[in-house]
Amino acid sequence: MKPINNIRSRTVVMPSTNIDTDQIVPARFLTTTSKLGLGKALFADWRYDADGKPRPDFILNKSEADGCRILVAGRNVGCGSSREHAPWALVDYGFQAVVSTEIADIFKNNSLKNGLLPVVIDEATHAWLIAHPGAEIEVDLASSSLKIADRPPVAFPIDAFARYCLMSGVDELGFLLSKDSEIRAYESRDGL
Amino acid sequence: MSVPKTMFEKVWAAHEVTPQTKDTPAVIFIDLHLTHEVTSPQAFTLLRERGLKLRRPDLTLATMDHSTPTRTEQVFGGAPISIESAAKQIRQLEKNCLEFGVELLGLQDARRGIVHIIGPELGLTQPGKTIVCGDSHTSTHGAFGALAFGIGTTEVGHVLATQCLLQKKPKTCAIEVRGKLSPGVTPKDLILAIIGKVGVSGGMGYVFEYRGEAIRAMSMDQRMTVCNMSIEAGARAGMIAPDETTCAYLKDTPRAPKGKDWDAMVAYWKTLPSDKSASFDKLVEIDASSLEPMVTYGTNPGMVVPVTGRIPDRRGDAVFDAAMAYMGLTAGQAIGGAPVNVVFVGSCTNGRLVDLRAAANVLRGRKIAKGVQMLVVPGSQEVKRRAEAEGLAEVFKAAGAEWRESGCSMCLGMNGDTVSKGKYSVSTSNRNFEGRQGVGARTLLASPETAAASAVLGRVADPRQFLDA
Repeated sequence: MKPINNIRSRTVVMPSTNIDTDQIVPARFLTTTSKLGLGKALFADWRYDADGKPRPDFILNKSEADGCRILVAGRNVGCGSSREHAPWALVDYGFQAVVSTEIADIFKNNSLKNGLLPVVIDEATHAWLIAHPGAEIEVDLASSSLKIADRPPVAFPIDAFARYCLMSGVDELGFLLSKDSEIRAYESRDGL
Repeated sequence: MSVPKTMFEKVWAAHEVTPQTKDTPAVIFIDLHLTHEVTSPQAFTLLRERGLKLRRPDLTLATMDHSTPTRTEQVFGGAPISIESAAKQIRQLEKNCLEFGVELLGLQDARRGIVHIIGPELGLTQPGKTIVCGDSHTSTHGAFGALAFGIGTTEVGHVLATQCLLQKKPKTCAIEVRGKLSPGVTPKDLILAIIGKVGVSGGMGYVFEYRGEAIRAMSMDQRMTVCNMSIEAGARAGMIAPDETTCAYLKDTPRAPKGKDWDAMVAYWKTLPSDKSASFDKLVEIDASSLEPMVTYGTNPGMVVPVTGRIPDRRGDAVFDAAMAYMGLTAGQAIGGAPVNVVFVGSCTNGRLVDLRAAANVLRGRKIAKGVQMLVVPGSQEVKRRAEAEGLAEVFKAAGAEWRESGCSMCLGMNGDTVSKGKYSVSTSNRNFEGRQGVGARTLLASPETAAASAVLGRVADPRQFLDA
């Protein structure tokens, strides 16, 4: 993975609460054996009509969404299924961060493993972002803060180890593999 | 005296390979890794790319359920699998299992079924184990006092390669269920009521422990229904303390310990329940005796009312308004009597034998309403055989329902079993999200009893009218 330090981009705002992983990528696209190419399935049922034509009123089909790397979503984004296809689809489409007041557990874990930053912020900042779609903002991983021009930076929580992995461009598997002797000791201790 | 511990804390502590530090999460050993065709291919690719082997074939089991067809001719021959990409995914799992040495209960294996149904059936799901699978409903196995949770595909790769996961310790929440469930009110109704109370993100960051009289009175099949939907409240996992019911279920299952080993395991399991004075980070109380059969009316499992109730009037709330527009239902409408086009009985939530018996009890000697399609899909081939031996399959067929091979089926539209656009489905599955059962499908979640009653009357119906006095 490429190391990530900061992401600066205009935002795409999807204010709906509880955007579940079935919306992010519907189940019928899960019969793939690859991680790639899921960007076209991203929000498929909101993005396209029954004939596969783009719905002009959906945000990702509007020109102002072009090139945006940060998705601001309503509360409890990513709830539902554990499908990692959800972050794969967001990343394949071009998103690098998801911002909300609550981000579902498994989706958050899956996002961190794919270089998609889950950014949980307070309600006031979130309300401001919802009210200002397309705002140019910066997610700064080094300081774990969200920067909006003319406003004080907003700290967001991120697991120290996940941040280290993201900033160094290393994955967690390497760390787990380095624990081989501890794992062996555990296995022999428990007669497993 | 040692500090009193919750069951979760005991299981967690017993699996720490290295503890959590300021800078790193804990390394947690996994006792059982279940895997299936949809969330594993990219994990095997990762192993291949890194030149890694499967660390513990003895703790890994694969089956196929999600994209697997339920039509007999597609499973056992005579017709090709209708979705080409699904067929390819199934073949890929076969190849991966062969290459890496994973035991696979494949398409035509008599022990195949939904991954969360066969683990317990085989006796692999046991108290005190850590169990993971690339599926959010892995919480099901918590019914045995295991710590079981869903993981993503990258983590599937981690477990294949190291049998371990990096985890931050979650918080604990006791769900105290007071009193008993009334006749016709089921564990499904209880968990829907709990989700309605807690909210779909109220459990975020917690492991639930379900406790109390109503939980103790449940069979293992029923406890699994409760734990299955923990994730729908956002919880990491749901657990129920093992007891005599747990041991009676597991004894003599094919892969449970035998003889002296069994006695030793039972002795260990008895140490697992939370200590009396153990404290939880949060407490939720619910009165089981006041509950009625529950039905969802919206597009998340927390949007739920009693079958005798009305859809609340929350007009002006964006989630509510969007849900009503999608569902084609209105604020204040009585949910009883709402239209029904399709009825689905099955899934990892309600696809076990006790669920099929409950649906059959309502359907016996009755026909499903004209114009209603009903699909009954056993959760495993074992459930299918037993349901056929008991005559349940005949009851379903005589009532006009379709009887299929096991699989996830209509719970999620990816295996050929779908609900058409705009149609109303009363479903015993776990999610009523937009499009979950098919593009534009409208899902109302309910118990097997309520689903069967709704099939008979062709509208959302209270099952209690069909219960023998």
